[in-house]
Amino acid sequence: MKMAGVNVELQALAAPVPIWHAAVAADDWRAAASAVRESGGRLLALWGSAFDTGETVSVAYAMADGVIWLELPVPGSPASYPDLLPFFATAGRLQRAVADLSGLQAAGTQDTRPWLAHGAWPPDYVPLRHGVDATQTFHDAALIDYPFVRVEGDGVHEIAVGPVHAGVIEPGHFRFSVVGEKVLRLEQRLGYTHKGIEQRMTQLPALQAHRLAGRVSGDSTVAYAWAYCMALEAAAGCTITPRAAHLRALLLERERVANHLGDLGALGNDVAFAFGLAQFSRLREDWLRLSKDVFGHRLLMDCVQPGGLARDLDAAPIEALRRQCDAIEREVQLLRTVYDEHAGLQDRFMTTGRVAPALAAQLGLTGLAGRASAQAWDLRSDHPWPPYTQLQVKMATHSNGDVAARVSVRFDEVFESLRLIRAILSELPGGAVQQAIHLPESASRGAGWVEGWRGEVFVALSLGGAADAHRIRRCHLHDPSWQNWPVLEHAVIGNIVPDFPLINKSFNLSYSGADL
Amino acid sequence: MIWKTIRQIARNGIRTEPAPDIGPQAQAEGARIQTEVLAILGRALSIRMVDAGSCNGCELEINALGNPYYNIEGLGIRFVASPRHADLLLVTGPVSRNMATALLRTFEATPEPRLVVAVGDCGCDGGIFGENYASAGPVSKIIPVDVLVSGCPPPPLEILRGILTAVRRRV
Repeated sequence: MKMAGVNVELQALAAPVPIWHAAVAADDWRAAASAVRESGGRLLALWGSAFDTGETVSVAYAMADGVIWLELPVPGSPASYPDLLPFFATAGRLQRAVADLSGLQAAGTQDTRPWLAHGAWPPDYVPLRHGVDATQTFHDAALIDYPFVRVEGDGVHEIAVGPVHAGVIEPGHFRFSVVGEKVLRLEQRLGYTHKGIEQRMTQLPALQAHRLAGRVSGDSTVAYAWAYCMALEAAAGCTITPRAAHLRALLLERERVANHLGDLGALGNDVAFAFGLAQFSRLREDWLRLSKDVFGHRLLMDCVQPGGLARDLDAAPIEALRRQCDAIEREVQLLRTVYDEHAGLQDRFMTTGRVAPALAAQLGLTGLAGRASAQAWDLRSDHPWPPYTQLQVKMATHSNGDVAARVSVRFDEVFESLRLIRAILSELPGGAVQQAIHLPESASRGAGWVEGWRGEVFVALSLGGAADAHRIRRCHLHDPSWQNWPVLEHAVIGNIVPDFPLINKSFNLSYSGADL
Repeated sequence: MIWKTIRQIARNGIRTEPAPDIGPQAQAEGARIQTEVLAILGRALSIRMVDAGSCNGCELEINALGNPYYNIEGLGIRFVASPRHADLLLVTGPVSRNMATALLRTFEATPEPRLVVAVGDCGCDGGIFGENYASAGPVSKIIPVDVLVSGCPPPPLEILRGILTAVRRRV
């Protein structure tokens, strides 16, 4: 395949979703960015790699035809590559993370503040450089101060929150500049949960690394494990059985429902409607308990594995799974009426934390939050892969872009996922759930792209050949939170400080997923 | 509208289940635990939760403790927003080096006698993340730990058992 306006030949990867790869030169890198932006494509992921043959920077674009993965060799020291920030707002933090982890600089970019590096390791230690000592640790390094952008003026003051937050949530720092109760500006500083996942990936055997992939963000373990396995299976030329594909989708939809139930309750609670939390957390607990009974894990960790699944589904629990869908559907319908008719709750939800569709498009808002701001992409309906090819997923969208819209999309998606689960159960093909997977003799690459509950999870994998003991040479794991965190900074502008927890929860972004 | 809300509450009734057994020497029924917590502390047990670098799996299960089945507040245990109000720190890991200082400061801000329960395989021994340039590994590398709760993530009952074990150990 060719890409319009760019002189490169794209090679299709053997993944069930359309993904192409090409090596490019610096001029094509820029031309491609421009062409993608012109055609309405999106920046999906950006990462650096270091091989024995040299260093490269890679970018993945989500296009109408699928994902295009471009890889640019970056020789020289210090190595640099053309800045993508003029084309895509999303590139900013991604480029700062590439500088921290791979030591590659976006030439001429304005914001060169470290992002994931807080000073806990010395600047000359580049975690993803070729031949780096992965056993090296640093104990005496002192954390560095972070130059926040200051807002000045009459009556402006700052509120600093975190990294240890008041609730039972992940750590991060929020710096609010406010006048009275009104937020003038929010600046986030994340990276607190950075634990070196991408370096750790290269230390694990390829056939076991799905366990680590499934712990990038604990609430999206199925999405990550599937995306990683999809990448590994693409690299190894392995096609999973139709039964395995169906069961993976069953798990992915159960994960989506579990998270939406939790969020719908928490969102009620954030506007002082404790009834919502009690009811939805009860439903979520019922849901997790059946997951434990049927699949062996409440959050479905380690169920998806390379070549298929860790365990098959017996005939007996199918009826229980189906009955639970019916029961949850009845209750959620009732609770939706309660939410819809509750004036106080709707007053807090509506117009709060609004991201207008034009701003969402400009900033690259994606996933569930994107769909609530009229960014109508859902991988399951745009580029369906088995078994979604047979399921005709109905995408949920909204155009208001406020908390109420994100709540509404969650309700719609719960009902759609319940429909999908029932369809999967009734069409479940027979046969094995595990396919033998043979890692290839020579070096290979693969990629995985899965619509998790929060948005698109993307995994890019470079695998060594037999001579290299089938080592993972590079595995990049991309969370949709990278795209959406910066948009949250815009969503709160003009809102009152007490509404921040509500707005934040309505996005429910991952810290760990984007800190890696 | 309010009628639907009340009907939903009434139809579901009370779903709270018995609290977990924390060993033969402590027949831990809800009332007994409550009495013990009161006897030891003279008031509700206050917990400050610190995520020191986890994948968020443990937080999901800690949050589940608040659902009607486990009803942790009904046992006289509550989560508080500041370490200065806390008797016990519930810490998940692995401790990222970027969070080590914040964890240590949170510990120092907690009044003595303070209890620490490390939750999850990563908090116990570093788990799958291990130790490297960015991960310091187990919670015990940074602050003293009283009780370890293993599991990935541990189910809510095991977390509750760990909290109760820590409280009992201080009697």
